[in-house]
Amino acid sequence: MKKYSAFALVKEAFNNHLGWGRAWRHAQPKKRYKVIIVGAGGHGLATAYYLGKNFGIRDVAVIEKGWLGGGNTGRNTTIIRSNYLQEESAAIYEKSRSLYETLSQELNYNIMFSPRGVMMLCQTEHELRAMKRTYYANRLFGVQTEMVSPMRMKEMIPIINTDGPRYPILGGLWQPRGGTARHDAVAWGYARAISSWGADIIENCEVTGIVREASKVASIQTTKGSIDCEKLCFVVAGSSSLLAELAGFRLPLESVALQALVSEPIKPVMDCVVMANTVHGYMSQSDKGEMVIGGGADGCNNYSQRGSFQHIEETVRALIETFPIISRLRQLRQWGGIVDMTGDRSPIISKTPVENIFLNCGWGTGGFKAIPGSGWATAELVAHGNPGKLAAPFSLARFVEGRMIDESIAAAVAH
Amino acid sequence: MSTRISKAGRLLDRNKRLSFTFNGRNLFGFQGDTLASALLANDQVLVGRSFKYHRPRGFVSSGVDEPNALMSLGHGGNFEPNRSATTVELVDGIEAVSQNHLGSLDWDLGFINNFFAKIFPAGFYYKTFMKPRFAWKHLFEPIIRNAAGLGRAPSLPDEAAYDYFYAHVDILVIGAGMAGLLATYELAKSGLKVTLVEQKHYLGGYALSDDFEVDGVAVPKWLENIEKKLIDSDNVQIKKNFTAIGVHDHGYLIGCENLEVAEKMGRSSIRHRLWRLRTKQIVLATGAIERPLIFAGNDIPGVMLSSAALDFYKLYGVSPGDRTVVVTNNDSAYLTAINLYNAGLSVPVVIDVREESSGDLFESLRSMGIRIEYGKGIASVLGKKRVKAVELCSLTGEGSVQETIECDSVIMSGGWSSAVHLWSHCGGRLIWNDQLDTFLPDASKSPIDENGEDFIAVVGAASGSFWPSEVVQNVKQIVQKIQKKFKTSKVKSSSISIQEIKYGDSNSKYFTPEGASEKLKSKCFVDFQNDVKLSDLRLATQEGYESVEHLKRYTTLGMATDQGKLSNINGLKYLADFLGREINEVGTTTFRPPYTPISLGSIAGEARKGLFKPVRKTTLHLWHEANGASWEPVGDWRRPYAYLKKNETIEQAVSREVTNTRNALGILDASTLGKIIVSGPDAANFLDLMYTNMISTLQVGRCRYGLMCNENGFLFDDGVVVRLAEETFLCHTTTGGADRVYSWMEEWHQTEWWNKRVFIQNVTEQFTQITIAGPKSRLLLEELGGLDVSRVSLKPLDYLEGELAKIKARVFRISFSGELSFEIAVPSQFGLEFWEKCLETGSQFGISPYGTEALHVMRAEKGFIMIGDETDGTVIPQDLNLGWAVSKKKKDFIGKRAQERIFMNDPNRKTLVGLSLQNSSEKIPDGASVIIGGVDQANDNVIGHVTSTYFSPTLDKPIAMALLKDGKNLLGRSIEIPVDSEKILKAIVSEPKFYDAEGNRQND
Amino acid sequence: MLLIHCPFCKNRNETEFVYGGPVGANRPDPNLVSDEEWVDYLTMVPNPMGPVYERWWHARGCDQWFIICRDTVTHEILENPSEEP
Repeated sequence: MKKYSAFALVKEAFNNHLGWGRAWRHAQPKKRYKVIIVGAGGHGLATAYYLGKNFGIRDVAVIEKGWLGGGNTGRNTTIIRSNYLQEESAAIYEKSRSLYETLSQELNYNIMFSPRGVMMLCQTEHELRAMKRTYYANRLFGVQTEMVSPMRMKEMIPIINTDGPRYPILGGLWQPRGGTARHDAVAWGYARAISSWGADIIENCEVTGIVREASKVASIQTTKGSIDCEKLCFVVAGSSSLLAELAGFRLPLESVALQALVSEPIKPVMDCVVMANTVHGYMSQSDKGEMVIGGGADGCNNYSQRGSFQHIEETVRALIETFPIISRLRQLRQWGGIVDMTGDRSPIISKTPVENIFLNCGWGTGGFKAIPGSGWATAELVAHGNPGKLAAPFSLARFVEGRMIDESIAAAVAH
Repeated sequence: MSTRISKAGRLLDRNKRLSFTFNGRNLFGFQGDTLASALLANDQVLVGRSFKYHRPRGFVSSGVDEPNALMSLGHGGNFEPNRSATTVELVDGIEAVSQNHLGSLDWDLGFINNFFAKIFPAGFYYKTFMKPRFAWKHLFEPIIRNAAGLGRAPSLPDEAAYDYFYAHVDILVIGAGMAGLLATYELAKSGLKVTLVEQKHYLGGYALSDDFEVDGVAVPKWLENIEKKLIDSDNVQIKKNFTAIGVHDHGYLIGCENLEVAEKMGRSSIRHRLWRLRTKQIVLATGAIERPLIFAGNDIPGVMLSSAALDFYKLYGVSPGDRTVVVTNNDSAYLTAINLYNAGLSVPVVIDVREESSGDLFESLRSMGIRIEYGKGIASVLGKKRVKAVELCSLTGEGSVQETIECDSVIMSGGWSSAVHLWSHCGGRLIWNDQLDTFLPDASKSPIDENGEDFIAVVGAASGSFWPSEVVQNVKQIVQKIQKKFKTSKVKSSSISIQEIKYGDSNSKYFTPEGASEKLKSKCFVDFQNDVKLSDLRLATQEGYESVEHLKRYTTLGMATDQGKLSNINGLKYLADFLGREINEVGTTTFRPPYTPISLGSIAGEARKGLFKPVRKTTLHLWHEANGASWEPVGDWRRPYAYLKKNETIEQAVSREVTNTRNALGILDASTLGKIIVSGPDAANFLDLMYTNMISTLQVGRCRYGLMCNENGFLFDDGVVVRLAEETFLCHTTTGGADRVYSWMEEWHQTEWWNKRVFIQNVTEQFTQITIAGPKSRLLLEELGGLDVSRVSLKPLDYLEGELAKIKARVFRISFSGELSFEIAVPSQFGLEFWEKCLETGSQFGISPYGTEALHVMRAEKGFIMIGDETDGTVIPQDLNLGWAVSKKKKDFIGKRAQERIFMNDPNRKTLVGLSLQNSSEKIPDGASVIIGGVDQANDNVIGHVTSTYFSPTLDKPIAMALLKDGKNLLGRSIEIPVDSEKILKAIVSEPKFYDAEGNRQND
Repeated sequence: MLLIHCPFCKNRNETEFVYGGPVGANRPDPNLVSDEEWVDYLTMVPNPMGPVYERWWHARGCDQWFIICRDTVTHEILENPSEEP
């Protein structure tokens, strides 16, 4: 694999860039793999990567129904933060964020992680108290955050309207090392890395059946034939319920379309990410200059990646109220992603009723930021057959025991 | 040069001269111009700079697909960036400024990027800028960010107004070209109600620029006649400047009406109007969009689409240049050539990538003596800020120059793409048609409505019927189908005779020359705005980004503000060629709304400022406002946080209010608390299931504090339940919980326990609820008169109904402050009167209103919990020492079963305790974490967090409550609260009751 | 913006309604089930790609709860509640 660098780029420039090879091989399935990961989104590819990197397991296939990174990895608002309230959440999201910090160098693929900072607004006394609680919890768990005053916020984000009128801003929780990354690049970078060490990425390959022998899975049937495996891991977000059904168990998930939109590009006006939970909206500016906007999920469960307009209306209203200057910008694109939601809105990284099937799903609206940490924890689970410290709290058993990991007090809807 | 030509200009009113400025230069145009045509008439060919390389760019198109001519309009609160000049109708006084250049438009320093273009191919940023690590954030990214973006952001809030319109429409025809007008006319004839919408400011579409004849008259005249008939028709509504933005499920359509011209002329107070239409049938007559051809230098100003050149000439009387070279793969560019030639302009050559052509236009060209070069292409266009010449080459081969032909403009046509975006929005599938060289709607997979039926029909060029006679046939069929669907009486469609111009076959070549060298490929632009070149597509596919989506995302092809209207198909064709597959196998990216970008302002509509989440107001709201209330948003309401007196800080006010209530008399507006009436023979039984407590044993005339949990066992609301009568209960809820609890009860009643005979009613706003608290509260009530509120008659948790101060009232003896306290509910219309009477009569007892913060301080002093402070969705009543309010006797209530699970009985659960600071008088911080055993191993030692914390004016010391792991066993122990890296507060764990633990005051 | 058919009010905009989730299992007698069974009832609902029975509440209307069958991919309403609930 050719190393990426400025030097190589200049060198290739004289060769009309004809020397660059494929970022990842387009593989056809072998007869058997040690581990098959279903789902070549960020989480699935990261799982494969850390299986190889941390556990030396490289006899891995990542199979994908459509195109690599085409699910929620390519349909989110690219926000990365770890200022979560609950200890278990903060642990995995902070692991993830810290992996993001060095991911470009590690993968030799610039995923453009940019710690531009994430500001969460407090617009009611109640929200202010919840954010302070998060701040103190974060401090003890090594997540660097601080509370900022409205005045300081106005200096940091000149286009914000801090004095309401409906919900004046009372303060904010600032995570300076939160930020954004280039979402597609995360998938591509992981794909390139695992492909280089021989893991197979098989796109346009849909799982059609799961063959069980007693309490274990022996092989999977796909549109590209049957493939044997020692271990199987589902990392398919919105389609988790469907795969679980094939494997003969059920999951506590509901699938909903989550929408986002971007404006036409403009010159830089806002450097950080701003999340306004009280009014339900969040916004950042991409490197290209587009204002990237997200809000609430669709009203009813669905798998249609189109979403409904009324949610966009609500989100845009909320953001015009917060950033009055954006009113004359124009909406360029909108899209929806199918997210899988659990009852406590926290993910599942777990063993399943089938002995050698493992599961990573339920990231709801907050999956992108978790990709490296989630892959790390899932790889550990798959390699050992048991969860490590990061994954343990997110088991399926937590629902039975009542050990919910509920973040709703800190982030009413948005992630 | 581009000039105004007197012969043509159908839309112009040459008697009305309009002045405008471009980059500060004063220019003139005519009524009827677009900003684009007016600029071009002034020979302003260079109008913008490209996104990445800052290359000089001119007009490519005349419509919504224009990628280059983006400019900033207006200033201050009317400033708008990125506006495509082709979509702006000229009005007097427009101030336009070009964008995305360092220095002037003509001398752009950013052009330096162009020299590094070789090092900056598609996706170059994924391969570099990685070291040193911090340099991305602090060096490379800022440079990229500043170079990117198009126009500046507005600096002031938008001054304009926006609104929504709603309508139900039987049939919506989108697009008023020949097909749309004809379909509307025919449908209207059969008595159907039709709405016709058109994105431009005129009707007719491309047909208006065409030269064929219908029924013996020129097509523009014929269209005009139809338009006249439609205007006279009662069942037709026509909307110009109306863009159908998105088709959504169940026939829902979002449209945006552009009222900018009317607004500027003072005829409308609204700038953009968002229409929300519910349609029974949509007819797409959206036409087609011409594609560019790809050749080196196809982005140099002066190269434009043949349809654009024809529009500019026919509609606005503007020539693209004096000497125009034509390059095409189909006959439609011939029409433009003929028109330019007839206008007296020079057309030195028509370069045609086909081997031959037949048809009427070919004959005309030949008869005019215009040179046609078949099987040829353009090797390169020469010129920098303006076309100077083209280099002719053979189509095959790698582009060796056969001849250099001087010219000042080039018009191109790479075929036509049907505008099928709206078909695709709601699930309609597209299918590639090789013969017509375009995607067409796949009728076998059409968008369906709620009944599973098709609701979109497509006519005209959008459906692949490109020729006038085909359009007539096609409209006839579709109209018959719709007549059948709407069961109208059959009306014979008009017989129309077309004097059609015969066109030759087109071919599907999209770039020249076929064997272009790498050097040429790096000047062949596919996406003009984003600077995506053929060499970029090659690189991406070479690197394996060969799914359409990967190609698009890697190169940014089709991600510009025109959303790939010009570039997507050419990119797809390249991909299909590369993979050696059919386009249908390669697939297309799904079109999503919006069809063209719409202002965020229009999406928000009127819901801004005062109308953004309107404030719910109690009957006393205005009184509070007039009396110094400092507001706090609570749910949809605003409640007085405290009442400020002159020269008082908020803290002082809160302290004064607490002290006054504790020592004399306080009055509080508690109207926002939820009030829900549950009545019926099974009401008691039903409420036993809703609340954790036993409600059925409550006596008539008594109150009980009740808790509500969800099915996971977690506490979500609390409030006092009153038994008004044997079968009638009044359930109080928290302010934020009123609607939630009401819907909770309704849901359980209707979906689970529907056999229970109860009726549930949310009466929150029917009553003004006022709390009278303090040792003198009974005196006040006695003074108001009308009810016996003595200790004997109205014991704690008793309820009475009658008249107080001659106003019908319910009196509950309940206390959230710990003082002797009465909550009085009066019908809303008497709320203010009663409140004022209380204040008037109470003045002798030192009455003073208090706000929510004083209330919270007092409840914390008493150790009462607050939903949302002590609870966070993971807390069960037992955690809050409220086990006494959870019935052990009941067989079932919501939350009971869940509370029996393992973790709910874990000794390590956090329980509520009080905290008293040692040696400090400062307030414990809100939400602070609590640790035990030192901060060294801080995160292992965390045992919980502070839930409520106040400075108690009553006790003159800070108080706090906290949820701590195994809190019961920590009573009396010392814990630490780290505030920052230096400061650690020490506190003693106590029972969460700080004041009058025995309750003597409230039970007085 | 779906068009939801309320048994009383006929076709109304989706925004008038509150979505109540897919129809799950009946609530078991809490005294007769294990923790697992109870949590199954709480968390396991059908989540198919295709038709699903689901509950809606006409919250900003007549207050009626009712069940429809909707395709989660196409949004086609395959079954509406009968007019007289």
